[in-house]
Amino acid sequence: MTTLTKSPRAGSPTWLKMLRQRPPKDYVHPYLGGFLLGLVLFAAFFLTGNGLGASGGLNRYLVYVEDMFFPEHVDRTPYLLKMAGGDKDPLDDWVVMVVAGAMLGGFTAGWWNGRLKIETNKGPQISVRTRWLMAFIGGAFMGYGARMARGCTSGLALSGGAVLSTGAWAFMFAVFGGAYMLAYFVRKLWQ
Amino acid sequence: MNFPLPELQATSAANPWSYLVFIVIGFAFGYVLEIAGFGNSKKLAAQFYFTELTVLKVMFGAIVTAMVLIFIMVGLGVLDYGQVYVNTTYFGPMVLGGLIMGVGFIIGGFCPGTSLVGLVTGKLDALFFVLGVMVGIFAFGETEWLFDIWWQTSGYMGRFTLMDWLGLPTGVIVTAVVLMALFMFWGAEQLERMFGKRDLAREPKLRLAGAASLVVAALSVIVIGAPSNAAKYAQIAPVKDAALANREVQIEPAELFHTMYDDALQLILLDVRSEADFNLFHLKGAHQVDPAEVISLAPELIAHAAPNRIVVVMSNDEQAATAAWKVLAAEAIPNIYILEGGVNNWLTVFGQDDPAIQAAATPTPDDLGFAFPAALGDRYTSAAPSLIRYEHLTYTPKIVLQIQRDKTGGGCG
Repeated sequence: MTTLTKSPRAGSPTWLKMLRQRPPKDYVHPYLGGFLLGLVLFAAFFLTGNGLGASGGLNRYLVYVEDMFFPEHVDRTPYLLKMAGGDKDPLDDWVVMVVAGAMLGGFTAGWWNGRLKIETNKGPQISVRTRWLMAFIGGAFMGYGARMARGCTSGLALSGGAVLSTGAWAFMFAVFGGAYMLAYFVRKLWQ
Repeated sequence: MNFPLPELQATSAANPWSYLVFIVIGFAFGYVLEIAGFGNSKKLAAQFYFTELTVLKVMFGAIVTAMVLIFIMVGLGVLDYGQVYVNTTYFGPMVLGGLIMGVGFIIGGFCPGTSLVGLVTGKLDALFFVLGVMVGIFAFGETEWLFDIWWQTSGYMGRFTLMDWLGLPTGVIVTAVVLMALFMFWGAEQLERMFGKRDLAREPKLRLAGAASLVVAALSVIVIGAPSNAAKYAQIAPVKDAALANREVQIEPAELFHTMYDDALQLILLDVRSEADFNLFHLKGAHQVDPAEVISLAPELIAHAAPNRIVVVMSNDEQAATAAWKVLAAEAIPNIYILEGGVNNWLTVFGQDDPAIQAAATPTPDDLGFAFPAALGDRYTSAAPSLIRYEHLTYTPKIVLQIQRDKTGGGCG
């Protein structure tokens, strides 16, 4: 995992301390953030015809590892076969590059704006361990749902929404709908 | 220049810099997500308790910004919408998958893209979330076979845009989406005022100017309209005219004959001759299309594009077929070919099966060069020649399947 090398710890070497020396800044205004994200999305479509993506890239990293240990199993599973069957390289795909770039970009932004910090964001009523467990469970739902829907918030809602795919808009409302329906019942997690 | 750039539609070792372009795009993506606050799960979850609707503002802000820019470029004929990947619609899996993701979002506090940004900025909850995503993705790959048919077919509509759904012009849809987003922004601000005690008087006035420019940009999409088919062809003319002149897309009757019997390929035969000629004789499985109507087939051909689909257009000779080919090429239909020498050439090769069909003079080049005893259509033997009899016909193969973009392998977008 790339993160292990990037996690500054107490008593860490000076170069890690330097990463955290920059004064923390506020996040940009949401509308400015949206405008900038829109420019990035437009550039992606304009230059490459593809939008952005995240879960597809994670999928391919995972299939790469699976293919390393169980190539026969990958060759027998139709869903995996398409990405890594035979001598196909699951990492030879644009979305893999986008995900790698996104991690670099996120890290750079966090460093430049003084927001690199080991922490756990959670609601005041739950313990750090509960938050970790919930993050893990939520992540599993997200991963499963994203592959079922053939895209996540980035690759389907954002990208498909901008090019006016009807399925992407239906998906977007389903995501918000699912979250709002459950939000009241899990409010202790966040409030 | 014709956008999107063909070299960049997929990464390839032939273009090492294509990898770099996608990394740079990803870099900008991650950078913007971080500065918008999407690395922080509390900020994301606040969306669902109405205290801070950053998620909605950033997401819809990005969608409408990208959308108006994309469709202005499409309208100006700079960007080819046919080459832009529009996520294929599968209503069943998309709605159910979306609901599952909504559950994951409110429990886990991230979505896959934002969790990566959280992870690299040291958020431990993001680390556990990413591990969970990996488990979820793994579980899907291992369980997909249980409901494969549902997943592959439920609510499948192909490339199905809001314009196709509502039957309205692009500009109208773009304007409606912008107005809807602005209404949602207004509603979001009201909710933040009520639930999040946000003082709207301190919000930047610039946002009103931004909203106005969005509306103007959306209206300009209506004014610009869609580029004509001829204008689209003019953009790609140098490449396509060369392919025509080098006879790269004119396939011999023998190649078409073998393609007809190739079960691995989906063949669509478009016969652009007059109905009278079509009724006299046509190839088995051919569809008669009036040359003026060819353009109306484009949306259907784009919506149901498949990597193994081949479209062959034919006329009596090649003239009308070439014109129809150009119309389809301008609409970016992949894998389109012309029957070399048209139906006349087909009958020259296979006509010996039907002694009743006699060669006749052709007053103009694109006329039918044969006389028929009766209008039997495809009931002549030579409309579907015997595979056994012609098994060993030789030809110069020209069909090259171009896989424009195969997203089934899990590109998230």
